Amino acid sequence: MFYREAGQFSTQYAQDRRVFALRQDRHGLAALLLVAFVVVPWLGNDYWFSAILIPFLVLSLAGLGLNLLTGYAGQLSLGSAALMAVGAFATYNFEVRVAGLPLLLSIALGGLSAALVAVLFGLPSLRIKGFYLLVSTLAAQFFVTWALTRFNWFSNHSASGVISAPPLEVLGLNLDAPAGRYLLTLTIVVVLFWLGKNLVRSELGRNWMAVRDMDTAAAVIGIELAKTKLLAFAISGFYLGIAGALWAFAYLGTVEPHGFDLNRSFQILFIIIIGGLGSLLGNFLGAAFIVLFPVLLSNLVALLPGGLVDAGQVENLQKMIFGALIILFLIKEPEGLARLWQRFRQRARLWPLRY
Amino acid sequence: MTQTAATHLLELNNISLSFKGVKAITDISFRVTEGEICALIGPNGAGKSSLLNVISGVYQAQEGHIRFDRHQRRRQRAHDAAVQGIARTFQNIALFKGMSVLDNVLTGRNLKRRSSWIEQALGIGRARAEDDRQREAAERVIEFLHLQPWRDVPVGKLPYGLQKRVELARALAAEPRLLLLDEPMAGMNAEEKQQMSRFIVDINRELGTTVVLIEHDIGVVMGISDHVVVLDYGRKIGDGSPEAVRQDPEVISAYLGTRH
Amino acid sequence: MEFFFEVLIGGLLAGVMYALVAIGFVLIYKASGVFNFAQGAMVLFSALTFVSLLERGVPFWLAFVISLAAMALMAVLVERVVLRPLVNRSPITLFMATLGLSYVIEGFAQVLWGAQVHGLELGISDEPLELGGMLLSQFDIFAALTAASLVLLLSWLFNKTRLGLALRAVADDPLAALAVGIRLQRVWVVVWTVAGFVGLVAGLLWGARLGVQFSLSLVVLKALPVLIIGGFTSISGAIVGGLIIGASEKLAEVYLGPIIGSGIENWFPYVLALLFLLVRPAGLFGERAIERV
Repeated sequence: MFYREAGQFSTQYAQDRRVFALRQDRHGLAALLLVAFVVVPWLGNDYWFSAILIPFLVLSLAGLGLNLLTGYAGQLSLGSAALMAVGAFATYNFEVRVAGLPLLLSIALGGLSAALVAVLFGLPSLRIKGFYLLVSTLAAQFFVTWALTRFNWFSNHSASGVISAPPLEVLGLNLDAPAGRYLLTLTIVVVLFWLGKNLVRSELGRNWMAVRDMDTAAAVIGIELAKTKLLAFAISGFYLGIAGALWAFAYLGTVEPHGFDLNRSFQILFIIIIGGLGSLLGNFLGAAFIVLFPVLLSNLVALLPGGLVDAGQVENLQKMIFGALIILFLIKEPEGLARLWQRFRQRARLWPLRY
Repeated sequence: MTQTAATHLLELNNISLSFKGVKAITDISFRVTEGEICALIGPNGAGKSSLLNVISGVYQAQEGHIRFDRHQRRRQRAHDAAVQGIARTFQNIALFKGMSVLDNVLTGRNLKRRSSWIEQALGIGRARAEDDRQREAAERVIEFLHLQPWRDVPVGKLPYGLQKRVELARALAAEPRLLLLDEPMAGMNAEEKQQMSRFIVDINRELGTTVVLIEHDIGVVMGISDHVVVLDYGRKIGDGSPEAVRQDPEVISAYLGTRH
Repeated sequence: MEFFFEVLIGGLLAGVMYALVAIGFVLIYKASGVFNFAQGAMVLFSALTFVSLLERGVPFWLAFVISLAAMALMAVLVERVVLRPLVNRSPITLFMATLGLSYVIEGFAQVLWGAQVHGLELGISDEPLELGGMLLSQFDIFAALTAASLVLLLSWLFNKTRLGLALRAVADDPLAALAVGIRLQRVWVVVWTVAGFVGLVAGLLWGARLGVQFSLSLVVLKALPVLIIGGFTSISGAIVGGLIIGASEKLAEVYLGPIIGSGIENWFPYVLALLFLLVRPAGLFGERAIERV
C-alpha cells in the first residue's frame, strides 16, 4: 500500500539504470546515510563504535572485495586475509617510512600494493579454472603470512611482527577517538561501495558475470578473458587491502600477521555466502551476521540456567552453528540473506494483498 | 563476368581437424558468398558443429586455412574472430544464466565500447552517453526479435524456445557480418520453427548479414537457404543450390534417403 | 651424500602418509565429485574418538571398531543431510558445503572431547634404525608399511571387485549408473565409510607422530597439493603425488630453509602444486576433460 511503484515511471535510460527504482527506496537510503553520518556519531557510545560498528563496516568492505572476485567474476579465492594483511602492512610502511604522506594516500597505496599481489597470484587463473584455482590463493595465503612474519623489515623490525596504528589524522582532524575512527571508516566504506556499485553495473561487471557463467561463450563474443580476470583480482585486492588497513588501524589498533590467517579468509568467505554471492547489500547483511551472532549467542547462553553450557564451549557451539548455517544457506537459499531480503520487499510491495 | 561478381566472404580451404587421433573433419573446402544463407547439413556426428567451432576460433584446425574477408589464418582465437565480425549461437544454449535478457544482449555489445572501466566506475566522460547508446542498440535488437516482455527476466527462468531467441539476440547485438547458427531450431515445434525461420530470413534480408546455419529440418533448409553444404563422416559430399543438392545421388544415399 | 638420502627417505616416508590422506579425498571425489574439505575434520574426529576411548580404558581393538562405526554413522548422516540436497549443484557450492561441514565436525569434536592435545601411543618405538649408514625412524617405516598395505588393499578393492566396478561407474556417470541399477546411496555410503576408515588409519598414524590436536586439519589440507600433482581421480596418482610432496617438502626445509628462513614447509607444497598446474592443468594422472561446446 505504501511501498508501491504506482505512478513512478522512467522516461530516460539513465533513470531506468538506477539501483533503487522506487522513490521510497531512495528516500530510505538518504535517511539511512543521514542517520549514519550525523545521528550515530552524536548518540553512539564507545563500545558500539569500537566493538560493533567499525568491525561491521570493515568486514562489509572485505566482503565486497571478495564478492567482486568470487561472487561476480566467479574466481574462488581463499586468500582474502593475505591480501588484507598486505594492505595493512603496506599502509603501515608507507606511513612510517615516507614522511608527511597523508593518511588517505597511504591507505590508497596500501590498497594498490594489495592489488599488485592479488594480480600476481591471480595470473594462474588464466590457465587454471574453477576449483583448482584454490591452490593459487592458498599458496598466496600461506606465503604472505610467512613472509610478513619471517622478514621483519615489514614490521619495521619489531620483534614479533606486530605493527601498531599510526596517528589517524585527516586534513588536520585527529580521528583517534572511537567516533572519529567510525567516521573515517564509514566515509571510506561508503565511497568504495558507491564505486563498487558503478563497477558491477558497468560493462566490466557484466563481463565478470559472463566469465563466471560461461567463459567459453564469453571469449566467443569478444570478451578478453585475461584482462577481465586480472582486473577482477586487482580490484578485489584493492578493496581487501584497504579493508585490511582499516581492520588494523581503525579497529584493532595493533595487528600481527597471525591475525590474517586462513581462518580470517574463511570468515570473509562465510560473509559472502551467508550474505549473498553477487550482491552488494549481501556484504552488509553477512558482516552484520558475523559480528552480531557471537554477541547474541553469548547473551543467549548467559540467559540459560547456569552450568548448562560451559562458557568455554560457547566458541565451539558457535563453530558448529556457523557450519550448519552455511550448509543450510547453500541448500535452502544459495543467494543468501540478500535474496531473503528481496523476497521480503516483494511481499511488501504487494501488501496488504497476498499476491 | 568479373572475377568477383559476388564476393566470397568466407572461404574454407582443406580444413582438417582431429581430437587425439580421431579425425572430426577431413579436408573440407567451400565458399560462402556475402549476403547468402548457407545451410550445413548432414547426419549427427558429421562434424558440422566442429566446423563452426573452427570458423569461430573455439577449435584450431590442424591443416588448411580459413579466409574471412581479408583475414587469412589457420590458428585463430575466439576473441579475434569476434573482433573481425563473426558472431554465433551454440547447440547447447550458452547464455549467461545469472543475468537478465537485457544484460545478456548488452554483453553482446562489449566490443562496441570505447570508454574504459575507470571512466565507467567514476561515471565520468563518455561513459554515461555510451551507456545510453548501448542501451538503445540493445533495445533495437530486442524489438527486432520481439523480446520486450522478458527484458528484465533472468535468462535461466525462460522457456527453451525463448532462450534460443535471446542467444540469437546476443549474437545480433554485435552487428556481425557473419552469423553462425548451430541448430537454432533444435527442440522447437512447427510454429516456433516458422517464427525462427522468419527471424533468420529477416536478419539476412533486412540487415544484410551473411548466415551459416546447421539445421536438421530439411524443409527449413530447402525453404530459406541459398546454398547447401552436405557433410558426412567429416567429409564434404555435397555443395550447391538446394535443388541441386537434393538431387545428388551421393547425398541421397547418405542422408536424405530415397522415396518409395 | 648419505645425509641427502636420509632426508630424502624421511621425506618419502612422510609422503606415504600424505598419500594415505590423499586417497581418502580421491575416494570421495571419485564417488561424489566433491573435494571433501571436511576430510581433515573427519580424520581428526575419528582420531580423537579413538584416543579418548583409549584414555578411558577401552581396549585397542574395541576402540578401533567403535571409532570406525562412528565414522560410518557420520558418513550416512553427511550423505543424507548434506550431499543429497545438493546433488546437482556446482563443484564450488559442494566445496563450500564441505567447508561448513568441517566447521560443524570440528566444533562437535571439541565439544565432545575437549581442546587439549592427546598423546597417542601405538606401541612402536621411535628409536632410529640404522640402514646402510642412514638413520631412519622405526615409526616412519612402520607407518609407511601400513600405508602401503592399505593402498594395495584399496587398489585391489577398486580394480578387482564388483563393488569397485560399481564405484568407478558412479564416478564416471552417476545418472548412467542409476540407469543400470546401481544403488547410488549405497555406493556413496560405502565409499564414505571406506574413506572414513582410511581417514582413521591416517589420523592414528599422524596422531602418533604429532599428537592428536587441531593442527591435524592443516596437515590434511596438504592433501590438496598432493591431489593437484597426482590428479583428483587416481589412487596411483595420489601415491606418486604424496611421495613428491613429502620428499620435496623435506628437502626444501633442510636445504632451502637455512637460506630463506624456517617454516618453508607451510607454503612450499602449494607453490610447487601451483607451478605444476601451470604446466599440466590436469595433474600427472588425472583425466583431461575435453569441453564440448
